[in-house]
Amino acid sequence: MNFDPRYSGRNFSSVGTRPIRPDGVDKVTGRARYGADFNMAGQLVGRVLRSPHAHAKITKIDTSKAEKLPGVKAVITAADLPDLTDGDASMYDVLDNCMARGKVLYDGHAVAAVAAVDARTARQALKLIEVYYEILPHVTDVDEAMKHAAPLINDAIFTEGLEEKPVKPSNVTKRSQFGHGDVHQGFGHADFIVERSFKTEQTHQGYIEPHACVANVSSDGTADLWVCTQGHFVYRQHCAQLLGLEASKLRVTSSEIGGGFGGKTHVWAEPVALALSRKAGRPVKLVMTREEVFRASGPTSATSIDVKIGARKDGTITAAEATLRYTSGPYAGMWAELGAMTAFACYKLDNVKTVGYEVLVNRPKTAAYRAPSAPMAAFAVESAVDELAKEIGIDPVEFRIKNAAQEGTRASYGPVYGPIGIGPTLEAAKHHPHMKAPLAKNQGRGMACGFWFNFGGQTCTDLNIGMDGTVSLAVGTVDVGGSRASLSLVAAEELGIDYSHVKAIVADTSSLGYNDMTDGSRGTFSSSMATISAARNAIKVLRDRAAQMWDIPVDDVIWENGQAIAKGEKYGNLSPLSLKEIAAQSGKTGGPIAGHSELVADGAGVSFATHICDIEVDPETGATRVLRYTVIQDAGKAVHPTYVEGQYQGGAAQGIGWALNEEYIYGKDGRLQNAGFLDYRIPVCSDLPMIDTQILEIPNPNHPYGVRGVGETSIVPPLAAIANAVSNAVGVRMTHIPMSPPRILAALEAEG
Amino acid sequence: MAGVAVSTTINGDSVEYLCQPDETLLDVLRDRLGLTGAKEGCGTGDCGACSIILDDRLVCSCLVLGAEAEGRRVETVEGMAHGDRLHPLQQKFLEHAALQCGICTPGFLIAAKDLLAKNPDPTEEEIRFGLAGNLCRCTGYDKIVRAVQDAANVMKGA
Ligand code: FES
Ligand code: FES
Repeated sequence: MNFDPRYSGRNFSSVGTRPIRPDGVDKVTGRARYGADFNMAGQLVGRVLRSPHAHAKITKIDTSKAEKLPGVKAVITAADLPDLTDGDASMYDVLDNCMARGKVLYDGHAVAAVAAVDARTARQALKLIEVYYEILPHVTDVDEAMKHAAPLINDAIFTEGLEEKPVKPSNVTKRSQFGHGDVHQGFGHADFIVERSFKTEQTHQGYIEPHACVANVSSDGTADLWVCTQGHFVYRQHCAQLLGLEASKLRVTSSEIGGGFGGKTHVWAEPVALALSRKAGRPVKLVMTREEVFRASGPTSATSIDVKIGARKDGTITAAEATLRYTSGPYAGMWAELGAMTAFACYKLDNVKTVGYEVLVNRPKTAAYRAPSAPMAAFAVESAVDELAKEIGIDPVEFRIKNAAQEGTRASYGPVYGPIGIGPTLEAAKHHPHMKAPLAKNQGRGMACGFWFNFGGQTCTDLNIGMDGTVSLAVGTVDVGGSRASLSLVAAEELGIDYSHVKAIVADTSSLGYNDMTDGSRGTFSSSMATISAARNAIKVLRDRAAQMWDIPVDDVIWENGQAIAKGEKYGNLSPLSLKEIAAQSGKTGGPIAGHSELVADGAGVSFATHICDIEVDPETGATRVLRYTVIQDAGKAVHPTYVEGQYQGGAAQGIGWALNEEYIYGKDGRLQNAGFLDYRIPVCSDLPMIDTQILEIPNPNHPYGVRGVGETSIVPPLAAIANAVSNAVGVRMTHIPMSPPRILAALEAEG
Repeated sequence: MAGVAVSTTINGDSVEYLCQPDETLLDVLRDRLGLTGAKEGCGTGDCGACSIILDDRLVCSCLVLGAEAEGRRVETVEGMAHGDRLHPLQQKFLEHAALQCGICTPGFLIAAKDLLAKNPDPTEEEIRFGLAGNLCRCTGYDKIVRAVQDAANVMKGA
């Protein structure tokens, strides 16, 4: 296949418009089916028993009483999920996370599961399972876990990435380092240096839909799984590997997904549901409770970060350095590494060094959360950048503009940037009316920048043209927020037909080739590339069919505005053939007309944003209110601008919650104290103002339409933007996220 | 446990069902009656995804027992459209893209319907506080508020 993915400037007729999404009516009428909205005949209810301890050895599990309870059809433990991972360490961790093997590693870790005829029987059965624990010392704090005397979570872990292989095991699984130049020398040239330490607490993605699936395993080795996931092909691989099934015999259908934000990118309970179904010989539906979602799924890392930045009097940064420690739960992760890569990505730096440490703690396995690891690093860096600007006495926007990365800049994490949007978003911020709006007492304005890589990855798409000339588009990237609308627009654009004649669906794993999951903001970027390629392949067929109908060489047929045109004077008497006319004749000209595409979408142009916010601090209570919020972000090309705005607004709102309220609170016993929406409070409608957006379009050179991913960057700047605003409002530098009322009050009092 | 026989009205239709005394109305709607429009986001009254209207009152159906619906009127998202004619709120939610994943949407539509029935001309602040019992993690609420404002205008004109 010789598909050329390079950007070619063109005028759009469909792309850039704002039609109603194809799955919309079902979603406003209650007909759309999410994870828990699907049932199978004879289905059982599955439930999971979870550890009440943060860290303990399982000495014995006695399931005999539960098994004897009438209505119980299967009880499983780790013994029913034998280790088939064959040395694949990360899959072994996934397996261990699904069902504890010998040791429980966090409050909420699964130890057994049942399938019963109804929910009440299943709940009763859980109470009858006897688990004997030998409690071990635990650690949940990132800095504590790094100390020499900290309880060891896994004594087979020896820190990777050190110059010398350590002799003792530790909770640090890996050290990574990025940068270039000589920071020592760079700091030597600085007139001003800011050095600060920051902490951020652990947050949850907070999707409103709990994890849910229906599993059905037949005795002949075939199986079906209905599940809410960001990547049904990835879930198929994980489940097939963990259960010893052949991938082709496991059909996974992705339900509508009620939010994921990274939290639905690897399996949790699905292998358990399949194992229960296999044992019971009946379908099993397994839906997590909200408490389970908090205790055992998600969350992001808690962090501790040191930052040092130096600059000359003229505002040039001479050196920047950061040490980042990120929790990864009880299993190895690469979260600090991502933090270390993103920390200084916005800036053009001669001397930069970042070091990341992945730290094991007795908390749930860390999962990706929208631009994973970047918001915490940006909080630390962008807070320090603001302080440094203040010390030098230069406007914080000007300071950032002066040091912003540009096309040709070598990024702190290695690559050299192509055309990028950091400078333009800063210029747009500088000239935005928001910057000049008046502020009252106790109010402050802050701004901050953010970066995210964006991913591409494996993508497969089918485009089928019906005999009536309408188009069905089957994609394999789960639609998390309107991508079926965007992809229909792209198909319409490329074919030159009306949006209303395209119907996009997300195909199951047996109907389409492999697709990576919808993460890394890749959904619209990569599937639109595959859709363009599939449409171009279909156009080749359409031209060929038109040539047959006219009986002329195919090279004389071009495709324009949704029709085949015979080019050249000699064909003056041939009037164009529309897609519909060609499709109607397809039975006679060679059969069904389709275009397919399988590709690896490379070059997912990096993304930058600048946010501005106004806040007000109540000095009596320490409560902070966001008064005004503006998001400026580069989209490359906004395919469906309304949904792009939606991504900007949603990410900002999550960032605001993170900045001000949200945190996992652990007791001394290592148990999660706030596993519910009442005590883990995400922003509600009355907490927020309207969130203004400005979409910039700096085309991505590696996509035919210039598209960049847009889903994640918007969560990166808010933590720092709000912290900077608080500092400008009441003069305290907040170094601990969330900036909850007690923390702000304490800071105000300390300032006295 | 013996079942409780319940006669009620759901979206204008009389409905009879048997349920367990400890079964929530949300479970009855979803698991017994196949009305899966109301969602369970928490089961503890904190997210509003299960919102329904019970005798003109907005309630979390996860906090109501199935048996309590006896002799009362239940309205769910499935009853909002008339045939293929969407309710103005449904239409405006679509036009404004007031949903991304859409899991919160049935709850918001019901809560907004209740809000506008009681206050046909709400200010932005009244909308924000009126919908504060419903969680949305995707949208940041901006487009939801705008959709409700727009629907209120359309409904006033109607
Ligand atoms: S499910 Fe009823 S309020 Fe959340
Ligand atoms: S649209 Fe996803 S929770 Fe509201």
